[in-house]
Amino acid sequence: MAESYVEHEVSHPALQHHFENLEQQREAGTLGMWVFLVTEIMFFGGMFLAYTLYRSKFPAAFAIASNHLDIKLGAINTAVLIFSSFTMAMAVYNTQVGKRRAQIISLVLTIVLGLGFLGIKAVEYYQKYEDHLIPGSLIPGNPFNPDPHEMHLTPGGSMQHVQMFYWIYFAMTGMHALHMIIGVGLLSFLLYFSVKGRYSPEYHNPVEVIGLYWHFVDIVWIFLFPLLYLLGRHTGGH
Amino acid sequence: MEEFIPPLPSRINYINAEYGLKSWLLTRDHKRIALLYLGSITFFFFIGGVYAMLIRLELLTPQGDLLQSTTYNKVFTQHGIIMVFFFLIPSIPATLGNFLVPMMIGAKDLAFPRINLLSWYIYMLGGGVTIYALLAGGVDTGWTFYTPFSTTFSNSYVVATGLGIFINGFSSILTGLNFIVTIHTMRAPGMTWFRLPLFIWAHYATSLVMILGTPVIAITILLLAFERLAHIGIFDPAVGGDPVLFQHLFWFYSHPAVYIMILPSMGVVSELIANFSRKNIFGYSFVAFSSLAIAVFGFLVWGHHLFVSSQSLYAGMIFSFLSFAVAVPSAIKVFNWTATLYKGSISFDTPMLYALGFIGLFTIGGMTGLFLATLGVNVHVTDTYFIVAHFHYIMVGGAIFGYLGGLHYWWPKISGRMYPDGWGRFSALLIFAGFNLTFFPQFVAGYLGMPRRYHAYPPEFQVFNVLSTAGASILAVGYLIPAVYLVWSMRYGKVAPGNPWHLPGLEWRTQSPPPTENFDYTPVVTWEAYEFAPPEEMEVVGKYHDQTAEKV
Repeated sequence: MAESYVEHEVSHPALQHHFENLEQQREAGTLGMWVFLVTEIMFFGGMFLAYTLYRSKFPAAFAIASNHLDIKLGAINTAVLIFSSFTMAMAVYNTQVGKRRAQIISLVLTIVLGLGFLGIKAVEYYQKYEDHLIPGSLIPGNPFNPDPHEMHLTPGGSMQHVQMFYWIYFAMTGMHALHMIIGVGLLSFLLYFSVKGRYSPEYHNPVEVIGLYWHFVDIVWIFLFPLLYLLGRHTGGH
Repeated sequence: MEEFIPPLPSRINYINAEYGLKSWLLTRDHKRIALLYLGSITFFFFIGGVYAMLIRLELLTPQGDLLQSTTYNKVFTQHGIIMVFFFLIPSIPATLGNFLVPMMIGAKDLAFPRINLLSWYIYMLGGGVTIYALLAGGVDTGWTFYTPFSTTFSNSYVVATGLGIFINGFSSILTGLNFIVTIHTMRAPGMTWFRLPLFIWAHYATSLVMILGTPVIAITILLLAFERLAHIGIFDPAVGGDPVLFQHLFWFYSHPAVYIMILPSMGVVSELIANFSRKNIFGYSFVAFSSLAIAVFGFLVWGHHLFVSSQSLYAGMIFSFLSFAVAVPSAIKVFNWTATLYKGSISFDTPMLYALGFIGLFTIGGMTGLFLATLGVNVHVTDTYFIVAHFHYIMVGGAIFGYLGGLHYWWPKISGRMYPDGWGRFSALLIFAGFNLTFFPQFVAGYLGMPRRYHAYPPEFQVFNVLSTAGASILAVGYLIPAVYLVWSMRYGKVAPGNPWHLPGLEWRTQSPPPTENFDYTPVVTWEAYEFAPPEEMEVVGKYHDQTAEKV
């Protein structure tokens, strides 16, 4: 049972001591992010289950409540996010081919688009606050109390069930927004090290991995937008 | 054959490489983190054990004399929460798994050493928040937190306890993530998937359950906390919410969580049975894939906790069938272990006693699990001591026997010292006897109708409870003995050689305790798992390392 040995390569400064080479380190980082994204899917999955259950239980109330969301702002935000996914992909590409200037510009654009999304989301939340649509006693002194003339309650829809929709809306979009905020933080970290010139065609794994995260957060929104905003649009709305 | 030369005490290893508190609290070495976990989970085990003793003492008599009902409710809840979330779930993966996964596959460390350390800090933070909740006034909902009691009616620290469990969940997720990535990307040259020790397969399956299940309990507890704090209505039937949705979400994690406890234990037992029979495991690939099958089926059976919770009868029938199905891969393991013993060269060292004990207890726990998967029987024994006995046979008899067996087996590697074998065998037998005396009478009491979670009970059940409390006292002594002699052996035990059991696994082909980077060189694997060479060749492996020790 003889043992033979594998020679170490001349090591890159970014190579951590416990990896054999950069290739192994890259594989581990990428797989780690994919596994993390699987946990994220399961995390959001609990809320998607609650959504499915209550939407099938209270279809009328959900359609009414959904029609009261601001579809224009939601659609603009969808476009903003899809475009940010494009700039993120450009950031990865430019890092891989070693175009540092283009890499920094792509990262800045992605951050700006991410912040733009969060700004528009904040405007939407503020509208809901003004219309007393924050569910339960989440905001003390501003209980859930929508104007019945604006909400157009049709037969079969109860205000309690409308509140259930808004709770799920805030839980899902709020959790999504939290992920966006973390994403902007990670991108700022990437930007800082890009300006310092850390990433190169040999070592660009952090850009790729954070890119994966960013695309994932975008995809969650791609599901949220139709499920929350486009529900029952065909029945008229306003 | 020459006398075996023990490694020189001056040899640098992971324990004496650095000194001082800071070198431990900021370590990224998976072996040191394993020891941090070992200390912490032992601490929580003893807290949970104190609650267990309080329960058993109260139930010694039919009247509620030692504890009143409100206190008793908190005691059994806190026993469950501490034992499940802070001992059983991290027990084997975070200690033995952390220590051995990189060593068994020939890696220097886990893929993400900093995340590994972070997971320990998250565990400690979650544990700290939970202990705060216990000291502030405790929680009385049962470890299951059923709504609407937990959201509306309970006057105890539900949110603080939930927060502790929520935080702790992330340590479990990060451990699972680290194992999966490590097993995929860090295997030494020649260490193919089918040369992996079965301990690794079991940990791979466990990690899958950890990463797929734990996020669901995280979101569930978050929803529960919002419901309790802001009365959102999601679990409140008064405004259209569904309390059974909580049960579905809760058990979607908490049933697979049982497999987080038992799968690593099965991995340990596979190692022990093969190695102490000095025989290749019977049906390696069946044992390996049965771990994955248990992980997959484990996610499809949560509904058997809801047979009496307004679940549709058809759903109940499907969940019943799937619960029977999960017994198949479990039985494959038991049969293969038994077949491995056949004509093996068996030695009854302490770890082997635990492994054989595991097979016995797991068989009883698994068989009664089939009773519970049967719709009619389940309705009869729901919320009785029959359930309590069943899950203690699986979770305590299964998880703790694997944990203690593994701890003894790898103790020479972990500490560099041998434990006292006589005391080891004695306490293994004591724990086996104490365990059965504690929990077997509960099957009978439960079948006769004694309900769980009450501090008082009709006098005809007293005989079972007296037996059970007597058993628990024996069990407590049984747990204390290893705690004492393992600590003792760290200083006074016989110095352990690199390969005290003369085994082929990679973790035995380095010194005890291992150096910080585990191996002097990246090993190249040219042998199958459990490929036992003639004794002379095994000696050569040990001697090779002692020669390098002398050179350094």
